[in-house]
Amino acid sequence: MDLSRLVPFNGRTDNECTVWTVPLRPGERRAPVVLFGTRRLLATMDDKVLEQLTNVARLPGLVGAAMAMPDAHWGYGFPIGGVAAFDPDQGGVISAGGVGFDISCGVRCLRTDLAWTDVAPHAERLADALFAAIPAGVGSEGTLRLSERELEAVLVGGAHWAVEHGYGTRADLDYIEDGGRVAGAEPANVSKTAIRRQLGEMGTLGSGNHYLEVQVVERVYDAAAAAAYGLFEGQVVVSIHCGSRGLGHQIGTDYLVALAKAAQRLGIALPDRELACAPIRSPEGQQYLGAMYAGINCALANRQILTHLARQVLVRLFPTTAVETLFDVSHNTCKAEHHVVDGRERLLYVHRKGATRAFGPGHPALPERYRAVGQPVIIGGSMGTGSYVLAGTTASEQRAFASASHGAGRAMSRQQALRQWRGRELIDELAARGILIRARSLRGAAEEAPGAYKDVDEVAEATERAALARRVALLRPRICVKG
Amino acid sequence: MAAHEVPAPNAHPDYGYFDHDADVGLSGRGPTLEAAFEAAATGLFALMVDVAAVRPRERVAFVFEEADPELALVEWLNRLLAEARSRGLVFGRFRLRRQGDRWQGEAWGEPWRAGLEPGVEVKGATLTMLAVRQEPQGWEARCVVDV
Repeated sequence: MDLSRLVPFNGRTDNECTVWTVPLRPGERRAPVVLFGTRRLLATMDDKVLEQLTNVARLPGLVGAAMAMPDAHWGYGFPIGGVAAFDPDQGGVISAGGVGFDISCGVRCLRTDLAWTDVAPHAERLADALFAAIPAGVGSEGTLRLSERELEAVLVGGAHWAVEHGYGTRADLDYIEDGGRVAGAEPANVSKTAIRRQLGEMGTLGSGNHYLEVQVVERVYDAAAAAAYGLFEGQVVVSIHCGSRGLGHQIGTDYLVALAKAAQRLGIALPDRELACAPIRSPEGQQYLGAMYAGINCALANRQILTHLARQVLVRLFPTTAVETLFDVSHNTCKAEHHVVDGRERLLYVHRKGATRAFGPGHPALPERYRAVGQPVIIGGSMGTGSYVLAGTTASEQRAFASASHGAGRAMSRQQALRQWRGRELIDELAARGILIRARSLRGAAEEAPGAYKDVDEVAEATERAALARRVALLRPRICVKG
Repeated sequence: MAAHEVPAPNAHPDYGYFDHDADVGLSGRGPTLEAAFEAAATGLFALMVDVAAVRPRERVAFVFEEADPELALVEWLNRLLAEARSRGLVFGRFRLRRQGDRWQGEAWGEPWRAGLEPGVEVKGATLTMLAVRQEPQGWEARCVVDV
């Protein structure tokens, strides 16, 4: 990104600045834009990030600024890593492009009471068992096939449906955003095509950047938060990154075009058709919201089923272990939340596309166990580097509608990665470094090469320096199951 | 060619990819708009499988209406994805016909099987960098697909 247009947002002019903005040009009419990140991270971003962010800042009813997290990269419509809040009473909009195709894609993190030193001798067996148990990859189907009526129950019940059908425990539900189910889902607003796409896909991981990883807590940064989260150095945790599968993809597909046409009809000037949106209070906006909430519940149920499958494997191999949900975050959503703006509490619809909700300490939506330290925020890394658990901050609530980074963010396109790496060689190289990869697609593995991603350490550090969340623990991958 | 006759595999389908940060830019070219769309479809499925290895065992046909050729490209690609995913199929050959705003699509393929090496799953065709244009050497259809 050309940094010459950026100026420090908070008045700092030294190299420590992590909050930036772009002044308005003469005659330019838009809300402010804010980019979080170090100069170095911003320099790696494509210029399209700023272009897309500026487009978001032109949408009606935007409150505050259009924001990009430190891991932002060029998306479609919104940048990935984009955050934007809209006020329904000010003509604010809901945008399908601001949520993305993989509705409620997110990360479930499970903690175990196992130390890696106990697991390491059995790592190959564990990797093979997880690979066999977790349906992954293009064309894969889950172990359960639902009827249309059952799937409609999933879309309303979310993770509760999964637990009620034997996939997991009630304790899991306490540690999922929104208690494992969002209200307002309207299965009737979901097309039959979307329903049909999902009948065989519950409990599947997908492909691309989705994964199931067995990780080790390598370093604890914040002892108090780590204690609250039940994390300790040397501990084995499991992270599952996936979303709402075919159903969410189809809802995104259906409404992207429908809302693009609606915007035209409603006279909303879209700087980019991909920003497809409608006023929140309009019938079109309400229809998408109902479908999108159904997509969120589908994703929450999907990760709950995968949690159960992973837990079964761990308990089979290590019979005395306890596998508990640490937290489940969604990073492709739009949610109605109350935020204080200019001293007044307002109901806003916060789009987070490739951004994680990060409620600070004391937030009433947090489970009692975490309320004193803030919401767990998970920054997923690439399969060769690491992931971070962070804690939400009060400052993030004030600066970014309680949002933080979600991943390392790509530094290189998939085509570039394919030109640089071969899947087999990459898997062998990672194995030599003690990271076991089980991938159904060698091409997919090459596209996901760790070198194709930004430095996750720098993203996590920048997230902390921008006060969006504070680092709690660094997780290193040991086993990675990919589609 | 009879209406339901399987089209011969195109030995050199004219598709290509262009860079996008997180996803994949897809383009198809051909002497006609329909041929460009068919090439784009081949490129779409080539991300997921070796299309030359897909046997044309099952045929899927569908019709849609769209006045805007750019939105028609997105509809065509997304319909193919939806038909493939909901039926557990993978496609390797494609045919598209157009009469005004009415588009008739056909695809041939087979269920996923052990011999087909999986690539990456495509979630959907997007409106990003969406363009359908006629150039001196023929038609080009392009957009970014989300993977």
